[in-house]
Amino acid sequence: MLKGRHLIDPMDFSPEEIDEILQLSDEIIKNPRLYADVCKGYILATLFFEPSTRTRLSFEAAMLRLGGSVTGFSSADASSAVKGESVADTVKTISNYADICAMRHPKEGAPKIAAMYSDIPVINGGDGGHHHPTQTLTDLLTIRSLKGRLSNFTVGFCGDLKFGRTVHSLIKALSRYENIKFVLVSPEELRVPDYIKDEVLTKKRIDFVEVDKLEEIMPALDILYMTRVQKERFFNEEDYIRLKDSFILDLNKLENAKDDMIIMHPLPRVNEISMEVDSDRRAAYFKQTKYGMYVRMGLIMKLLGVEI
Amino acid sequence: MLNVDSVEKGIVIDHIKAGRGMYIYNYLKLDELESCVAIIKNVKSEKQGRKDLIKIDGIIDINLEVLGFIDPNATVNIVEDGKIITKTKLKLPNRVVDVVKCKNPRCITSVENEIKHEFRLSDIEKGSYRCVYCDSMYSAS
Repeated sequence: MLKGRHLIDPMDFSPEEIDEILQLSDEIIKNPRLYADVCKGYILATLFFEPSTRTRLSFEAAMLRLGGSVTGFSSADASSAVKGESVADTVKTISNYADICAMRHPKEGAPKIAAMYSDIPVINGGDGGHHHPTQTLTDLLTIRSLKGRLSNFTVGFCGDLKFGRTVHSLIKALSRYENIKFVLVSPEELRVPDYIKDEVLTKKRIDFVEVDKLEEIMPALDILYMTRVQKERFFNEEDYIRLKDSFILDLNKLENAKDDMIIMHPLPRVNEISMEVDSDRRAAYFKQTKYGMYVRMGLIMKLLGVEI
Repeated sequence: MLNVDSVEKGIVIDHIKAGRGMYIYNYLKLDELESCVAIIKNVKSEKQGRKDLIKIDGIIDINLEVLGFIDPNATVNIVEDGKIITKTKLKLPNRVVDVVKCKNPRCITSVENEIKHEFRLSDIEKGSYRCVYCDSMYSAS
């Protein structure tokens, strides 16, 4: 039962519950008109203490496409946080105005605190470098829609695998499905943290390799997940400048890739995927944003307990 | 050989990792007790090589879970009439609340007031804990 639940960590929901959301999202994709008014009378509050275009607009578009309304703020400056109001007090207040809320906050764990004090479902829209569960749902729906399944894949992750929260979440999420192999491509300094390797991959006996060149492993991949080296995750600008161009995907590197491989990216990109790749049929990153909106529609409906 | 009188009625915290006795003394606020308290450091031990020992004259309430977090190998002996009547071997607790603070500067606990600092045991062999808010690691050792 997903009604009334919070989504803070991508692992909060079982694979069966995630399947329920993906299934509903599929139905919405097939017949969006059928769902155009299901959330009429409901209000989504978007509490964005940190700038974001994609995630906030995706949540808002999702609610509007379900016939609901949206309120909220898009930076901490526009909220009472600037006066020193706590997350707990903010969400207690918002609970009186809205039926569901999506929160992005620069501090890790803020949405968890919001969930502890909220009377309405809280969806984590990203907390610092920690979790971003709706991106994980987006990724799962993209894979399922474009590949037709969520098992039996070799998945390559490339770029910043140390600070990339979407990578950590997707590794954890995919590790719950059958026969998934991981290829982790990054410079030494940006490798997947040990705790992911120890507590997820090794513990579940999942095949993985760490390499520092994309080309040599390209033919084996069913999915290539590219990431941006994010400036805001570094304390030191020198390290950022040294590593930001570590891995750039272009058509040359794709020469040996499978015809039906898909290229994903949580966006925004800087230069890690050359624009010439955009027109390649394997590029799935803009489709991914659309799936992101549909999966948020499915999620909102499930958490509100709304049915057609 | 240093001689410290044996306890008639009280508590002996034994097998404390050498060097950690003073930390336990401070954490349990034993300096606030009126009764006699002895910390013995670097006692020879067959099992541990060296260990610390705390003797408390009189029975006081001790939070065994917190003590287990500070030193899971220690034992707490309750003494009456000069004899040990109960011996409790400590272990790492599953959760610790408001004992240590999360050191991650990006954690919400660094700015949110009146929030309990809570950690959950994540790896019993390594004695590692994770902040329930940001998942940052804290090693009990």
